[in-house]
Amino acid sequence: MDIFNLIYQLVSGPLVWVAFFVFIGGSIFKVFQMFLLINKKEKYIYTYMSLKYSLRSIIHWIIPFATVNWRRHPVLTIITFAFHTCLLITPTFLLAHAVLWKKAWNVRWWTLPESLADVMTLMVIIGCVLFLIRRLTIKEVRYLSSASDYVLLAIVATPFLTGFLAYHQVSNYRVMIILHIVSGIIMLMTIPFTRLIHMLFSVFTRAYMGSEFGNVRHAKDW
Amino acid sequence: MAELAEEIEEKIIDAGLDKGAERLTKDKIEKVVNAVLENETGARLKMYVETCVHCGLCSEGCHIYLSRNRDPKLSPAGKVKRTMWEILKKKGKVTPEFIREASEIASTECNTCKRCAMYCPFGIDVAYIMLVVRRMCHKLGVTPLYIQDTAHSHSVTMNQMWIKEDEWIDTLQWQEEDARELIPDLRIPLEKEGADIMYSVIAPEPKFQPILLYYAAVIMNTAGLDWTMPATPGWDNSDMAMFTGDNEIMGRTKRVHFETAARLKVKKIVMGECGHAFRSVYDMGNRWLGWKMPPIPVIHAIEFYYDLLKAGKIKVHEKYKKSVTLHDPCNVARGRGLHDKARYVINELCENFIEMYPNREHNYCCNAGGGVINCGPPFKNKRVKGNKIKAEQIADTGAEILITPCHNCHSGMEDIISYYNIDMHTKFICEIMYEVMEKPE
Repeated sequence: MDIFNLIYQLVSGPLVWVAFFVFIGGSIFKVFQMFLLINKKEKYIYTYMSLKYSLRSIIHWIIPFATVNWRRHPVLTIITFAFHTCLLITPTFLLAHAVLWKKAWNVRWWTLPESLADVMTLMVIIGCVLFLIRRLTIKEVRYLSSASDYVLLAIVATPFLTGFLAYHQVSNYRVMIILHIVSGIIMLMTIPFTRLIHMLFSVFTRAYMGSEFGNVRHAKDW
Repeated sequence: MAELAEEIEEKIIDAGLDKGAERLTKDKIEKVVNAVLENETGARLKMYVETCVHCGLCSEGCHIYLSRNRDPKLSPAGKVKRTMWEILKKKGKVTPEFIREASEIASTECNTCKRCAMYCPFGIDVAYIMLVVRRMCHKLGVTPLYIQDTAHSHSVTMNQMWIKEDEWIDTLQWQEEDARELIPDLRIPLEKEGADIMYSVIAPEPKFQPILLYYAAVIMNTAGLDWTMPATPGWDNSDMAMFTGDNEIMGRTKRVHFETAARLKVKKIVMGECGHAFRSVYDMGNRWLGWKMPPIPVIHAIEFYYDLLKAGKIKVHEKYKKSVTLHDPCNVARGRGLHDKARYVINELCENFIEMYPNREHNYCCNAGGGVINCGPPFKNKRVKGNKIKAEQIADTGAEILITPCHNCHSGMEDIISYYNIDMHTKFICEIMYEVMEKPE
């Protein structure tokens, strides 16, 4: 077996298990830790949580332009909603990934047309570039930024960039596909332990503020 | 050469902050800060700090950021960076100078108005984070002098203004006497057990604006209500201890207040036009004492006036003619959703109501609340400069009268009206109501 095959077997086999274990296990752990802390010190949160007001707040913030601040930043709103939508949908419904799931677990699902997947992947990469520009050029964002913010952008952009390049067989495919898998694994594993956890936690923080504003304050939080 | 274009910030001298910081050692700071983090914070703080993706969208939610040339240091996340991020990064190993600075930031550069929570996509509560910083600084003995003195007043006299027991009763009797010149059989019933309503005020009212007690008495009498006021400490609903992080004194004053109402066996407490006292009774004080909601219903003046007007218990003789606009106080609009009832009341009382924009929940904070104006003269200049956007907002309405149903907002507005030379006057709702209502002859 040549070295490429060896590495490929490693990263697309055991390492994928590790990645998902860390991603899913880590996320469950973070949420569990959250409940532990609430139960230990902040039980009042349960008193005020309300499903109705949580949903009311979440729904407003998950629809572009449905809140005052989304409307105040129309360009950012379009970019971030497009970015996040493509970020979540592309890896899930990509044909190449679906083939791997079928081979591993014998499950199949709908897949994106290839040209659409291409566009969506570019959307993610362009989104990262635009976020980078935003972070560098807008004063109040730059003030809040440090190395970790730029590293996170790189962590998210790299799987999509290398995936795009691998698919289009730019440069050495074998190297590119290994980079793609490894960078994807890195991204999955860092989600629970970095600010990327906002994908889970934001639902809870939004639900809490929605509950406080709706239940206690009788006011809108959007 | 760009530095010359920026304002040169003078260091503000405040004995509370400076002397307090002098007494600190790095060891003590580390111990106390970590104790607060470990024992008094939990998932909320952790998640707020971990979920914030440093996007800066909260910036435009903050009136101070908008007023100070969009200085990134004054955006909500910027203030968290200068305080809590540093504390967490260094695991509490921060210097006395840092604590002094953090206390000034949390106490005078944020009003805890929670407007930013409406602008952050994740609903992160920066006001909560600032209050945790204030709590740490309080436990370290580093609090601005004037507001610390106010907290001491709460501790000693159970009221905000060092008012002694006999001074309280004297003031009530004085206003009763004045009101009897208008309505001969008017009484301010003291210590009436079993009355429907206990009317509660903030200490600055008897101390500086006793005429508000006079108005309240006339309104109660005209509406034929069964009311009373306590003659004992516990009459004050205000709560500056809530804003210094002195939760223990906050709990004591609120307990005395509710126990007084319980002792008088009243059905509800009606309070005057105050913002922070309201937050203390329905949000922070009651929770510290373990009540989900206040144990005895507390009705804010706005809702009280709304009910009176709707029921026809107060009738308008002739509507107020001058043009008016309404400042929605944070703790009443964003804090309790009373903005629409306030508009009903004002439209009943006034002919010419002009809206300011933005309004309701999105109204800009007066920059005086959250304990900021209570930090006193050393910070006044900073405060009025941090409210420029408010000055522009109210001036834009072109109204003659600015209605501010909150004592702190009222004072804050007066300061910016004078600093920015705006041709307006502030009024409470009750002042206008007294002027236009039908009074018994």
